[in-house]
Amino acid sequence: MKNVYTRPKSLKKTPFHYCPGCGHSIAHRLICEVIDEMGLRDNTLGVPPPGCSVFAYNYFDVDMAESAHGRGAAVATGIKRAFPEIVVFTYQGDGDLAGIGTAETIHAANRGENITTIFINNAVYGMTGGQMAPTTLCGMKTSTTPYGRDHILEGHPIKMSEMLAMLEGVVYIERVAVNSPVNIRKTKKAIAKAFEMQLNKCGFSMVEILSPCPTNWKMSSVQAWKWIDEEMTKVFPLGVFKDVTEKKDAD
Amino acid sequence: MAKVFMDGNSSIAEAAIRAGCRCYFGYPITPQNEITEYMATNLSRRKGCSFVQAESEVAAINMVYGASIVGARAMTSSSSPGISLKQEGISYLAACELPAVIVNMQRGGPGLGSIAASQGDYFQATRGGGHGDYRTIVLGPSSVQELADLTMRAFDLADTYKIPVIILGDGVLGQMMEPVEFKREAPAEPPIRPGALRGAQGQASRIVKTFTSNPSELEEINWSLFRRYALIKKEETTYETFMVDDAKLVVVAFGIAARIAKGAIRNVRAEGLKVGLIRPITLWPFPDEPLKELSKTVKQFLVFEMNMGQMVEDVQLSLLGQGEVSFYGRPGGVIPTPSEVARVISRLYYQKGLK
Repeated sequence: MKNVYTRPKSLKKTPFHYCPGCGHSIAHRLICEVIDEMGLRDNTLGVPPPGCSVFAYNYFDVDMAESAHGRGAAVATGIKRAFPEIVVFTYQGDGDLAGIGTAETIHAANRGENITTIFINNAVYGMTGGQMAPTTLCGMKTSTTPYGRDHILEGHPIKMSEMLAMLEGVVYIERVAVNSPVNIRKTKKAIAKAFEMQLNKCGFSMVEILSPCPTNWKMSSVQAWKWIDEEMTKVFPLGVFKDVTEKKDAD
Repeated sequence: MAKVFMDGNSSIAEAAIRAGCRCYFGYPITPQNEITEYMATNLSRRKGCSFVQAESEVAAINMVYGASIVGARAMTSSSSPGISLKQEGISYLAACELPAVIVNMQRGGPGLGSIAASQGDYFQATRGGGHGDYRTIVLGPSSVQELADLTMRAFDLADTYKIPVIILGDGVLGQMMEPVEFKREAPAEPPIRPGALRGAQGQASRIVKTFTSNPSELEEINWSLFRRYALIKKEETTYETFMVDDAKLVVVAFGIAARIAKGAIRNVRAEGLKVGLIRPITLWPFPDEPLKELSKTVKQFLVFEMNMGQMVEDVQLSLLGQGEVSFYGRPGGVIPTPSEVARVISRLYYQKGLK
């Protein structure tokens, strides 16, 4: 009999606390698969954020050190500077990376810190109950934009991948989604590429993952998957925003 | 080693390197920039070491947190407004029981204040500073030599007790030059703290975290922290006394203010007034027992600070009414002279009928 799926070794057998249809559990599993396949379990330090994924340390069977809200890139900088041989990844939500931690993220990227950031964009503050995130779409209703996000009052959704791709220290940025089997496979490939960049000491790599939050979007899981395709990717188009290895190939 | 002539800020940096500091993360602010600049020149090229000029004080303290997670001796420095920004990180360091050294070369406040020396951050430093139920060890040096010695001690204390240690200096101490002797040679490569997270390496994976959804789990962590704080209080409380044996009045001062007070006491002693000094060196833990002991023979205490009266509350709490406490303070970055403080001492001395 052909084995089509096994739980990754670096994913603990702890049941996820995430809501049904949430993208975190898929993202966790994909990172763990990459860690397993690249043989990094013993040499990796993960940095989870406050937010829904604060409990990520309960799921990853690698050393994990929680960061203060938004400070993941600074914490990872300290880790990597003190111990360059370790593989370090931050796992950050949109409020964390694109709101309170924008400065830390931009400057770590600009310094070309040799770290990998997994950026979960679900356009909403999940754990605190569905408030507006920096990435909330215009018109989208949240508990703090009850009439829909109005760009005149609240600005437009911030596009971190596009912004960070402009920086010299950044070597790889791709925006992917975990809303279909095809996209999930692409996400895994992107995560693997980002880790590979770090192993080759290239610089800052980031994978932005559009991730469903059916609970706070007030949708069914299937609706949430569709909404990513039909609405979210219009504002946050999928694709590679920077890949210095490709550029070299083109030369 | 022979003495060298050095400013206080540079002596902190040199002492840190000799104490095995692996990582320094800083952000410019006056009057402590010499620390950052010295580290940029002298730490950055050392084997295994790293210097980063961070984008903010918030980032710098979180880099310290990261470096400490993987077992490095790590330090950051700033001055008052920047230290306020670091409080988030200090709270997390305390929660995770991670060693770190944080230098505050105080300036006048509140707000942007002034760049002149002040002691206005005593409350912030000795009460934890950030959110939550915790303490940090706070050291109050009063000379360039002591800046060097206490910086080395700070790294040792931080590692021994797994706690952030604050060096509470000020703008004068940082800027003034004095002969200083460094009592250790720098290690060839800085140490790595045993037990730090270094990747699972074939073992069970481990977690450094502050968040728990279970209040009784957090309560147990709080208890465990405070049991350690009690041990620190028992083992590490340090202070200096000066001319207290026959004293009828004792001045209580720390840091640069104690230096000024010593000059003042020499002046009034020359006039025959029996005045001494007690100088807390650890501001937390505060030397309350020695003060209580002194109050058996001394009934008049004058607390002198370069602020509006902060340590005076610890003196009152220590004495619990056993002795009368007066206060003299100059806030805002104004530095009183020994003769000014001498006038205050002798006025009080005569007013209380001690002559």
